[in-house]
Amino acid sequence: MLRLITKRLFETIPVLFIVATLTFFMMKRAPGGPFDSEKQTTPEIRAQIEAQYGLDKPVWQQYLDYLGHLAQGDLGPSFKYAGWSVNELLWSAFPVSLELGLYALAFALTFGLIAGIIAALRKNTWGDYVPMSFATFGICLPTFVTGPLLLLVFASWLTWFNASGWEQPRDRVLPAITLGLYYTAYVARLTRGGMLEILSQDFIRTARAKGASEWRVVWRHSLRGGLLSVVSFIGPAISGLVTGSLVVESIYQIPGLGKFFVMAGFNRDYTMVMGTVLFYAVLIIVMNLLVDIVQVWLNPKLRFE
Amino acid sequence: MRSMSALQKIEMLLEVKNLKTSFHTRNGIVRAVNDVSFAIAHGETLGIVGESGSGKSVTCYSLMGLVPQPPGRIEGGTAIFAGKTDLLNCSPKELNAIRGRRMAMIFQDPMTSLNPFMRIEDQIVEPLLIHGLASRAEAVRQAVQMLEHVGVPDAAKRIRSYPHEFSGGMRQRVMIAMALITKPDLLIADEPTTALDVTVQAQILELIKRLQAETGMAVIWITHDLGVVAGFCRRVQVMYAGRIVETAPTEKLFANTRHPYTRALQKSIPALQPKGTELYTIPGMPPDLSRPTGGCAFAPRCEIARPECSAKLPELLEVGLQHCSRCPFT
Amino acid sequence: MSPPQPITEVEAGHSLWQDAWLRLRKNKMAVAGAIFVLVLALASLTAPFMPGLSYSNQNLALGATAPSAAHWFGTDDLGRDQLSRLLYGGRVSLSVGLAATLVSVLIGVLFGMISGYIGGRLDALAMRFVDILYALPFTIFVILLMVIYGRNIYLLFIAIGAVEWLDMARIVRGQVLALKKQEFVEAARALGLRKRRIILRHMIPNVLGIVIVFSTLIVPRVMLTEAFLSFLGFGVQAPQASWGTLIQDGARSWEEFPWLLFFPAGCFSLTLFSLNFLGDGLRDALDVRASKD
Repeated sequence: MLRLITKRLFETIPVLFIVATLTFFMMKRAPGGPFDSEKQTTPEIRAQIEAQYGLDKPVWQQYLDYLGHLAQGDLGPSFKYAGWSVNELLWSAFPVSLELGLYALAFALTFGLIAGIIAALRKNTWGDYVPMSFATFGICLPTFVTGPLLLLVFASWLTWFNASGWEQPRDRVLPAITLGLYYTAYVARLTRGGMLEILSQDFIRTARAKGASEWRVVWRHSLRGGLLSVVSFIGPAISGLVTGSLVVESIYQIPGLGKFFVMAGFNRDYTMVMGTVLFYAVLIIVMNLLVDIVQVWLNPKLRFE
Repeated sequence: MRSMSALQKIEMLLEVKNLKTSFHTRNGIVRAVNDVSFAIAHGETLGIVGESGSGKSVTCYSLMGLVPQPPGRIEGGTAIFAGKTDLLNCSPKELNAIRGRRMAMIFQDPMTSLNPFMRIEDQIVEPLLIHGLASRAEAVRQAVQMLEHVGVPDAAKRIRSYPHEFSGGMRQRVMIAMALITKPDLLIADEPTTALDVTVQAQILELIKRLQAETGMAVIWITHDLGVVAGFCRRVQVMYAGRIVETAPTEKLFANTRHPYTRALQKSIPALQPKGTELYTIPGMPPDLSRPTGGCAFAPRCEIARPECSAKLPELLEVGLQHCSRCPFT
Repeated sequence: MSPPQPITEVEAGHSLWQDAWLRLRKNKMAVAGAIFVLVLALASLTAPFMPGLSYSNQNLALGATAPSAAHWFGTDDLGRDQLSRLLYGGRVSLSVGLAATLVSVLIGVLFGMISGYIGGRLDALAMRFVDILYALPFTIFVILLMVIYGRNIYLLFIAIGAVEWLDMARIVRGQVLALKKQEFVEAARALGLRKRRIILRHMIPNVLGIVIVFSTLIVPRVMLTEAFLSFLGFGVQAPQASWGTLIQDGARSWEEFPWLLFFPAGCFSLTLFSLNFLGDGLRDALDVRASKD
């Protein structure tokens, strides 16, 4: 286990390094700057601001400075919001996105697993066709279609929920469902597939021969193996949730990291964009490591490699 | 066919009458078990011999309720266990109470038959826990004991391992331990040595022999190998195309073989053939079980076949004491 | 336990492709999907040649109107005919879909093929690389690119294509590895053919099948990414429209003018469904092992 973690760290650091470097140089070569949209400034004031943000130094110097700051976990000041550092902005927005992401994931796993297990146990009957048809639709519908649709039905016609905002607990529901729907469908499909595969194995026959009830066969003998493919999906799912949050937070006007990132993109807030990209990269890599650890725990065959 | 027990008048452990099991596939209905009747007494060792597709395994799966019900279907028959329960026509609860407890089964491939995600310990104690025969702690104690008894060294430690950490022979011993831990009255062994190395085969056979002698349980040994049966089973039943074609006490079967198929099987045993000659194989192909002919299923491949053989299905007739054959011409 | 199989007579041999075609035809959903996509593609392609359809003609006096005889899908707040915009948008979305898929397939196939054929440490390293990349949110990087370099449509093709090549690379590599072991490669090598010839003449036809199947599944994903980007504002620029921008417009005013959202969203979703069903159908048809019991 420890070996796994150290191996991962060795792989991660070069990747992060490459990501940071690429982002830095891309930003440098971009046309326009963070101050183009501001009111007309005199050349002197501009020079002053540039000096303040270190933009007057030679590029390689800026690069090294940046790396140095990164190593200390400092992502620099925001170009757009004077007086705020990127770290501060991230920390204010991230908890919101984290909450949204967790709810969406919880929704996806709960309903996806239940649907998938039921579908597997009731193969080729209505108990299978109905959930799986929903799943096929769920996979095809993107968040920017389901979001407005859900708003239309539940916020506009039925007025059960607010159309935007993040104040009341109720505000969490529609965004979480919108974000999680695709993953619910995917998890349902994976679960069904995994369970069916396990249930057709010989050792299930052995379990029945021992007099095990169907419940026991499913719960004790099948789940662990059947869920393997779901667990390995959680890694890419997290990446998708991050991406999806960009849209969901925009539709529902949620003050999360996704929204900040989009706005930073429009505002050419260099440091904010880079900082967010790096933050996401680190977050995802850490989550993937955790998922891998869970996988090893679930599948004893992996422990002996 | 006259029931065996009519001669012996002792209560049979298991009496199977007119078992019919089919599979409804896309290409037709496959009659895997086609009106099979037999009985096994307490403590008796019965060998069921046949090729793949003869129905030998499906017969026993049907008794254990392990035939997947689509596409399989038990079309008819009764199987009275211990004079009380009809295995083919009882509730799932009743069946679950018997299987794993009084009737146990071990399978051909121990690698796929053990759950790779569970420790050996959890798998071996399971029958005891399911049937409420012991507490967890007590069950573990018995499991370790059983594991030692079947010849797994360092049992107390190795019981915490996973199946893939064991060799093939060891895994089969684990299966045996798991099956016998509840001291069942009947053990069904479905080709337990076929997937193992030759040397290990002999060991496993000896192990089961020993255990049978110790516990006095009945054993049904399914195999395609007449040789194995000769060394262990008191009675043999030969199946072909879903039907019994010959059944007899072992010595009689070898000394006075009646059915042409049994004779052909004997001829095919490599060890019994003269060196230097070509190996004997039974000519022709196994029958298509979804297209039954009206007559004897072996006729197309039989050396002494006559026109009447393909016309009408011969009955299973007694040809000697406890010896029945489905060929009237030998 | 598998039931004993009856021995049926050998039927007149079908090639793998014929077999697959027959199976595909039986799959009603896949056929429906294929028809829908074809019709849509035709409509979108011929749109510029149809009189009276324009995506940029504004009619400010008209403003946003609900669907009517004159404007089947209504008009938006600038008085633009929605049906035309939908068809033109379809052109953009579909062409981005196809182009990006092409890019994705090219990168994936090359990567997978080379890695699979060379094997050994290079292969192991390459696959490890793919594993790591798999986790990263490529779309975020694409947004970065779009922000920096502007919304050049060719860049869009390449960038979106670069998001989806990983799966294709893995699959192609898998195929190559399996094929490498098969006998005809040994035979070819025994005949002295050079590595490059082997790759070109022998491997490509075999890999082609699976590449086609997966391409059909990549197209909807790529279209999704494009719509995603356009929705956020990082994709296609006005007055050009893609379905993504149309959905964005619709989403902004869904309370007052629901048809502005309904038609583009519906059309987009239907297209995705169709492509997915078609792709699934193709995959099932070509998968020899698959059996529906």
